[in-house]
Amino acid sequence: MNLRSSLILREVCRLVIPAVMLFGLYVQFHGEYGPGGGFQAGVIFAAAVILYALVYGRQKAQRILPTETVRYFTAAGVLLYAGVGVATMLLGGNFLDYDVLLQGHQQAQHLGIFLIELGVGITVGAVMIAIFYTLDEFCE
Amino acid sequence: MDIETIVNFSLLTMLALTVIVLIRMKSLLAIALSSGVYSFLSAGLFVVMDAVDVAFTEAAVGAGITTVLLLGTIAITGREQTVSKHKRFLPIAVITITGAALIYGTLDMPLYGDANAPIHTHVAPHYLTQSSEEIGIPNVVTSVLASYRGYDTLGEVAVIFTAAVGVLLLLGKTAKRSGRKP
Repeated sequence: MNLRSSLILREVCRLVIPAVMLFGLYVQFHGEYGPGGGFQAGVIFAAAVILYALVYGRQKAQRILPTETVRYFTAAGVLLYAGVGVATMLLGGNFLDYDVLLQGHQQAQHLGIFLIELGVGITVGAVMIAIFYTLDEFCE
Repeated sequence: MDIETIVNFSLLTMLALTVIVLIRMKSLLAIALSSGVYSFLSAGLFVVMDAVDVAFTEAAVGAGITTVLLLGTIAITGREQTVSKHKRFLPIAVITITGAALIYGTLDMPLYGDANAPIHTHVAPHYLTQSSEEIGIPNVVTSVLASYRGYDTLGEVAVIFTAAVGVLLLLGKTAKRSGRKP
């Protein structure tokens, strides 16, 4: 799916892609205060990578984010999420009961939500990129 | 007519028009792009309903990523819809009966925005009034998703992971490993 992109497309994307990635990070880490969270952030970040791959070619994108790295990340997010659950169990609480993570109740909830949202974001973003890479490789 | 009615009416009209156009088109490429338009219109409807988190997801996933993935699939399979040789009577009958059953089912549902609807009287008031104290974050959606219903969200993430595993197993080439011979 190489678009044989024009000069204008390449230059506009050069400006847009960093902004999209920054916005993805904002949505990820600001999800507790505004709309958004891990799901949306992961998709936005993946959209930036996919746009890069469409405009500049998948091979260039894979030089920065190799297929194998992306595949590891798909599992890493789920493991981080489930790991928080296991950690709370080892600390004597119920599965995903964040209160045992830290002393203060609200601080513990904050930390737990931050970690699992990060896990969601990593998995969702990596899954989208992985599916795109796979489809694009299959097209060749 | 207040502004919300006008916005709702125009969005729903455009949604219906998009569906009619979608049904009549034969080019799969155009269908994939039009379903992106459909997703964007539904995202607009979610904004009107104050469900910004859902609208966000719909715009990013439905209109953005899904369209790209559909285009990728079309590149593999082919651009034109194959004309079915079957008779049309059975599909029309199935669709009519299912549609009638669904419409019959909606008759029992509470009116849109009804304050006494079960969904507004069960756990929702607790979340809305207590979550800022119990969890300590302003976005109630995140509180419910990540804390009250954290176990469900883990399931959702596992589903997304499974989808990727499925695609990789079906279409993926195995990554090259250096220093190991088969």
